[in-house]
Amino acid sequence: MSVERNVIIIGSGPAGLTSAIYTARANLNPLLVEGMEAGGQLMITTAVDNFPGFSDGVMGPELMGAMRAQAERFGTEIVQGLVTRVDLSRRPFTVTTDGAEYRADALIVATGASARLLGLPSERRLMGRGVSTCATCDGFFYRNKPIAVVGGGDSAVEEAIFLTKFASRVTMIHRRDTLRASKIMRDKAAANPKIDFRWNSVVEDVKDVEKGVVTGLVLKDTVTGARSELPLDGVFVAIGHTPNTSLFSGQLALDANGYIVTHDGTYTSVPGVFACGDVQDHVYRQAITAAGSGCMAALDAERFVESV
Amino acid sequence: MASENIQYATDSSFDQLVTSETPVLVDFWAEWCMPCRRIAPTVEALATEYVGKLTVAKMNVDENPAVPMRLGIRSIPTLLLFKGGAVVDTVIGAVDKDTIRKMVDKHV
Repeated sequence: MSVERNVIIIGSGPAGLTSAIYTARANLNPLLVEGMEAGGQLMITTAVDNFPGFSDGVMGPELMGAMRAQAERFGTEIVQGLVTRVDLSRRPFTVTTDGAEYRADALIVATGASARLLGLPSERRLMGRGVSTCATCDGFFYRNKPIAVVGGGDSAVEEAIFLTKFASRVTMIHRRDTLRASKIMRDKAAANPKIDFRWNSVVEDVKDVEKGVVTGLVLKDTVTGARSELPLDGVFVAIGHTPNTSLFSGQLALDANGYIVTHDGTYTSVPGVFACGDVQDHVYRQAITAAGSGCMAALDAERFVESV
Repeated sequence: MASENIQYATDSSFDQLVTSETPVLVDFWAEWCMPCRRIAPTVEALATEYVGKLTVAKMNVDENPAVPMRLGIRSIPTLLLFKGGAVVDTVIGAVDKDTIRKMVDKHV
C-alpha cells in the first residue's frame, strides 16, 4: 500500500527542481522522480551565459547540481527512476515508476523535452555509431575529423562552435538559406573558420548502414531538388526538441505539437495537475523561464492542496 | 565508488581480458560523461549478481584512447559484450536497466 504524498514532481530540470524548492519550503514534503535525463537539457551543455545571477556564466551541470542541492536542503525526497505510468482519472493520482507506486493529491509535470530526430531509419541504425544528439557527450570522438551539425537554431550553432574544438571541419546543414539562430550566434558561426554551411539542404540518408558506421550524408537541395553526397565521420542532429508527454496522452489536454495545454498559469485540463517548463512551453524554452514556471506550478499546487 | 567485482581495463590489458570463455561486458565511460554515470549502478549490480558467469570491466576512454578507437566507438556510454575475444552484442547510450539486463541474459 503506497503512502500518499501531498505533491509529486515528475522531472528534474530547472522547472522540476524549482518547483521542488518552493513546495519543500511550503512544508508540502514533495517527492521528485528524476527521470532518465536527470538534470534535464542543461546537463549536456557547457557554459550557460544567460542564466541571471552568474556574471561570468556557469557550467550547465554545475547549475543543475546547485539546484538539486537546494531542493534537497529544504527536504525534497528525490528518487532516481523513470515514471512509466500515471493514472490521473481520480485523486489521489497514481504515479508508477520502474520500482514503485506512489499516490499524490497534486502532481507537477516537469518532464521537459527531448532531442528531435530526423526520423530516418539510417539515423536510428547508426545512432551512437556516428550519429549523435549530444555534442558535449560525443564531440571527443571526432578529433581532426570532418563532421556536420544539422539544424539552424541557437542550439545547433552552439553545438557547431563547441565541436570546432575537436573536428577538422564542421558543416552546418540547414533547410533554409539563413540560420534562425539569434544574431549573436549567427555572427559567431559566420566568423568561425572551421564552420562551413550547406544551405537549403535536408538530409535524405545517413551512410553507411551496411558498414555499421557513418561515412557520409546524402543531401537534397530544397530549392533545386539536386542530390549530393557529403563525406564525413559524424553527424550531430540539433533540430529542436519534442515535449515528453507520451505518459499523458489521453489523460491531459495536449496541443497539436504534443505540448501540455496550460491556463491561468500552470493549470492543466485536470484539477490538481500542474505543468511547467519546456513540456508546456514551445515559445520561450529557456532555463530561466522553466525555473520561473516551476515556481508558479509550486504556488498553484500549494494553493490547490490547501483548498481541498 | 569502486566495486570489487569490476575489473578496470587498459589499452594494454584489454585483449587478454576479453579473450576468455566467460563472457565479458565492457563499459566504456569517461568522467565528464553524465549518461555514463547513470548506467554505472546497473553495471555494478550486474558485476555482483553474475559473478562467475560474467566478467564486468570498465574502460576509461580518456585514459585509454587506443582500444576505443580501434573498436570504432563513437559515443559513450557504449557496452560491448565479448565472448572468446569477439563482440557478440552492443548497447549504446544510457538505456534503462531492463535493456541492459536483457542483453546480458541472452549470452550468459
